[in-house]
Amino acid sequence: MTLAVVKHATCTGCGCACDDIEVHTDGARVTRAVNACELGETWFRDHSPNPNLPPALIDSKPASLADAVALAADLLHAANLPLIYDHGYSTCEAQREAVALAESVGGIIDSYTSQCHGPSFVATQLVGKVSCTLGEVKNRADFLLYWGCNPAETHPRHTSRYALHPAGKFTPRGRRDRTMVLVDVEETATAKDADQFFRIREGTDFEALSAMVALLRGQPVDERRVAETGFTVAQLRALLDRMKAARFGVMFFGLGLAATRGGHGNVGAAYRLAMELNAFTKFVALPMRQHGNLVGSDMVLRWTTGYPFGVSLSRGYPRYNPGEFTTTDLIARGDIDAALVLGSSAAPGFANVPTIEIGPKLTRTGTIPRVQIATAATGVSAAGTVCRMDDLPMPLRPALTSALPTDEDILNRVLAEVRKKPAWYPQLKGEAQIA
Amino acid sequence: MRFLLMPIRSNKQGVQINVGKDGADYNAVVNTMQAHPDDLKELGAASGATIRVRTDVGEATFQVVEAKVSRGMLFVPYGPPTCQLYGGDTDGTGMPTSKGWEVEVEVVSREPQASAKEPQ
Ligand code: SF4
Repeated sequence: MTLAVVKHATCTGCGCACDDIEVHTDGARVTRAVNACELGETWFRDHSPNPNLPPALIDSKPASLADAVALAADLLHAANLPLIYDHGYSTCEAQREAVALAESVGGIIDSYTSQCHGPSFVATQLVGKVSCTLGEVKNRADFLLYWGCNPAETHPRHTSRYALHPAGKFTPRGRRDRTMVLVDVEETATAKDADQFFRIREGTDFEALSAMVALLRGQPVDERRVAETGFTVAQLRALLDRMKAARFGVMFFGLGLAATRGGHGNVGAAYRLAMELNAFTKFVALPMRQHGNLVGSDMVLRWTTGYPFGVSLSRGYPRYNPGEFTTTDLIARGDIDAALVLGSSAAPGFANVPTIEIGPKLTRTGTIPRVQIATAATGVSAAGTVCRMDDLPMPLRPALTSALPTDEDILNRVLAEVRKKPAWYPQLKGEAQIA
Repeated sequence: MRFLLMPIRSNKQGVQINVGKDGADYNAVVNTMQAHPDDLKELGAASGATIRVRTDVGEATFQVVEAKVSRGMLFVPYGPPTCQLYGGDTDGTGMPTSKGWEVEVEVVSREPQASAKEPQ
């Protein structure tokens, strides 16, 4: 048993991508993850290489890696409209290979983003966005508004490492230099940290945020309509006064905005409010992005195809259309005839198409994919780059090595197999054009 | 009885995803709903009882436990059972609306089940 310690490892347990983790290993497994929260600790421990995992399974039976890769290439190549679905746990390097593969087979590439903060992207495209890094939040922000999110549960170190508690250059006294307000439908665990909590009526975020924009502009608002949101006009005015008085204000929002009906409208209203506040002070709005490297998936898709998710390459050039090329809709309409799921177990929705699963944990119950290929876990035993929730790239420092290949290796091999076959679209001559 | 369904993310859910979605603990976490004690009384169900939750597109059974939440609302971590309750309609956004569904609840078994988890 060789004890080893790796300092400054990056955790991909949530979008915070904390890069101050000290990972202790016994050579085979992670034994401790110092500085990590409980979520991060289990991320490292439970993604230690599993020596009992077969390299690949075909129809649930152990198979050679070569056979699994060959079958994966056959299934994707034979399909009329294959989907490459990235669950957001892979490195940016692997995600780039996934784009190349989608292009080579003339398929669609989408990620878990379409099922969480996709509407936030649509809002950005409609309204625009004033943003900053978490480093700027730590050093400058003296007013924090968390809206429709619960970092105490989902991003446990967000407040302690980046936002509310740490001493920053212009906030040297940490928590005492900051004000924090929480708006949510329920008084969650995050409320314990808040200076003020407002309970908003479910499904009225757009109305409340729009009323705030109107008040900011000096326009009249209807008291009764505002009351339907759970706020009074006086409360909204007082909140706006606090926001305007800040030197640097930040609104962090979560699925409370994005996953409620009309999510893009809700987030658009939040972005609009943050923008308009810049007539008075510096104010930004940031989504609370989730696990792994979901942000990296959006980044890679943006720099390769120009779009963040839901991209069809079925005509040889990228087309983007949420609602058409997004996973939930594709499954519901039965549009796809094969799927490669990267980084996580296949959802029940993939039951009707031959599915290839690539990831460190292979699905054992429910809908079992046709091909399953085990890979090294991102950041634990696979190196590469991930992106933090503020789009910053972070290098990984894996503490362990794995006998298993990485996601990138496997995608590369599948891509190489596909390229040996006749190109689906003559002009491409089997060569990737984008990634 | 009608409720508003609020699927959420929780720390325990995240931890159990890391441990493995095949595990009994993960299943217990995503199958346990939280409701206000007065709502449970009105339903005639004890904390830990089994309920069936129905929407226009599907249904699933959950254990329900009492918790400090608002009346008329049900909170549950996202997971395979909540996926049964909203369909493939995304209103053209790509994102299934998951929060704020009006659901119909009926009690399947009034007595507590051993697998119900404490509030998440
Ligand atoms: S807050 Fe997120 S990134 Fe940081 S240690 Fe916890 S799970 Fe990992």
